[in-house]
Amino acid sequence: MSFKIVVLAKQVPDTRNVGKDAMKADGTVNRAALPAIYNPEDLNALEQALRLKSQVAGATVHVLTMGPARAAEIIRESMYRGADGGYLLSGREFAGSDTLATSYALACAIRKMGKVDVIVCGRQAIDGDTAQVGPQVAEKLGMPQITYAEEILDCTASKITVKRRLERGVEVVSGPIPMVVTVNSSAPECRPRHAKLTLKYKRAATLTEKQDAGADYTDLYTVHPYLTITEWGINDIEHDIKWLGLTGSPTKVKQIENVVFTAKESKRLTANDEEIEDLMKELIANHTIG
Amino acid sequence: MNNLFVYLEIEDGIVGDVSLELLTKGRTLADQLKCKLEAVAAGYKLDKIGEQVFPFGVDTLYLADDKRLAPYTTLPHTSLLVNLFKEEKPQIAFMGATSIGRDLGPRVSSALFSGLTADCTSLEIGTYEDKKAGKVYDNLLYQIRPAFGGNIVATIVNPDCRPQMATVREGVMKKEIRNAKHVGKTVIMDVAKYVPDTDFVIEVIERHMEKSKLNIKGSPIIVSGGYGVGSADNFKLLFELAATLGAEVGASRAAVDAGFADHERQIGQTGTTVRPKLYIACGISGQIQHIAGMQESAMIIAINNDPKAPINAIADYVITGSIEEVLPKMIKFYKKNSK
Ligand SMILES: Cc1cc2nc3c(=O)[nH]c(=O)nc-3n(C[C@H](O)[C@H](O)[C@H](O)COP(=O)(O)OP(=O)(O)OC[C@H]3O[C@@H](n4cnc5c(N)ncnc54)[C@H](O)[C@@H]3O)c2cc1C
Repeated sequence: MSFKIVVLAKQVPDTRNVGKDAMKADGTVNRAALPAIYNPEDLNALEQALRLKSQVAGATVHVLTMGPARAAEIIRESMYRGADGGYLLSGREFAGSDTLATSYALACAIRKMGKVDVIVCGRQAIDGDTAQVGPQVAEKLGMPQITYAEEILDCTASKITVKRRLERGVEVVSGPIPMVVTVNSSAPECRPRHAKLTLKYKRAATLTEKQDAGADYTDLYTVHPYLTITEWGINDIEHDIKWLGLTGSPTKVKQIENVVFTAKESKRLTANDEEIEDLMKELIANHTIG
Repeated sequence: MNNLFVYLEIEDGIVGDVSLELLTKGRTLADQLKCKLEAVAAGYKLDKIGEQVFPFGVDTLYLADDKRLAPYTTLPHTSLLVNLFKEEKPQIAFMGATSIGRDLGPRVSSALFSGLTADCTSLEIGTYEDKKAGKVYDNLLYQIRPAFGGNIVATIVNPDCRPQMATVREGVMKKEIRNAKHVGKTVIMDVAKYVPDTDFVIEVIERHMEKSKLNIKGSPIIVSGGYGVGSADNFKLLFELAATLGAEVGASRAAVDAGFADHERQIGQTGTTVRPKLYIACGISGQIQHIAGMQESAMIIAINNDPKAPINAIADYVITGSIEEVLPKMIKFYKKNSK
């Protein structure tokens, strides 16, 4: 029996390293200086999916990502670690999507895949931290959801049991298949690339990438069909255009403001002994500390 | 119709602080909009909810009392809100940005096709002009949150879809009783009418909820470390200073991501919001997401080896130096001068 696991993954700017180097003089981030990475919690999700694959007979793992052409890197990276393949959903019609329009597009793509048993995704993406897409995809597909998953404890063809890590505790819950599971960063880290798989899938590519690479490609992909990463555009999914992109996004950005902190009159000190000692004395004297 | 709703989070019959804070904010906004403040409680044995929330100015309390609604599971609570909102057509709905609100909010917003903004740091009422459509909207909810990309804040609106939804973290808004004697109206909901039996598909097998051991929010002094602290080992310096001063240790997200400190200690927009008497920021640059969670500290000391670090702008004392040098001196001179 087949058991299809789909991982939703996103390529994100590495917001964790927005240090001084990535800042422009006007105090905004120089996005170009930020590497594009596999959203960390989506890697935790991939690991859960791969573990599930080894537990459930006939299970396969496919990664679905929406993004520009280069987001295919996410799918290759997943294949190096054990995923069977993936789908890239790409097109300018998806631009400007808020979480709801994104979820709608992803749900349309998942519907096209036929029977899907478990959808696993990271709890949230580091460039927004909204944690909305997983539950919204579940709602659009009419599937139940288990969020904040730390570990999938057990899974059969009809039932999944998950340990959840909440802000103030843990919960073990079970529910029916199909199910959407969103995974926390407290879940085990993703396994590294597998050397053999990395070799095997090195040339895995989407149609766009193959075309960009030039002439001599057709043979390779006819002989090794697993090297083709499915690429879908708007016309490949059944959709209603009004739910996509800007029109499908109920939230609008009214304005973006640069925050200028009203500078306090601060006392400037150096690290020399006397100045630190004076500061500590002052704080003790005015009862801030002690 | 057209009122402002707050979803109440309930654990063991007690309404969570985050919900009371939202009621406080909701009351002010409802006054401004001249609409009612309404609250929804879903759970079991809810007879003590009214007395907890009416003092915050709740006009109408909807009670969905059913054994199957506690503990929280996604689908029944979603159906309850979605079906109630279809009848009541609220203009605004708030939830806590907690593991419940962030599970429920997106689901409800998807079912109703209404916009949801997560982790707002400020909520206001104002107008919005859609220049392309030549339309002006009055009395929209401004959902304000830091945006990725430097020290910028985005104001988000949902011009056409209702309810306008937002989640807010605990501690961001203030909790204030409006009128201790106020008693609003209670509406008992017929749960079966709102929630189909088929929603009860998740079985909660085990559940351990605990009060957090950490009390960062309540600590009068916080020693907080950022990526500039350099390592988990260097963080020990912060713990030492904190122990000396009777303080708690906080951290920036970059420090948490780097594994220097536990996630529970994160301060900021997507962590805890704090208002201590004294906040000592060590090796923290001062990005808006961090500032959002600590700018109301009564006194701020910034220790940074970059004299131009943005955090300096909001600091009362700026110490330019490395934490390796400054922290041991602070410990030494505190010990020397305190009795
Ligand atoms: C959606 C979203 C949500 C976020 N939520 C939060 C949040 O809740 N909380 C939060 O903190 N961040 C949050 N962030 C991240 C935030 O944007 C910044 O990336 C983060 O706050 C930076 O942390 P930092 O100041 O520790 O690190 P950096 O910006 O790297 O700053 C390190 C600082 O240390 C100084 N330094 C280096 N070495 C030393 C030394 N030896 N001695 C003294 N100083 C030194 C440097 O000069 C620098 O100023 C969020 C980001 C996003 C996109």
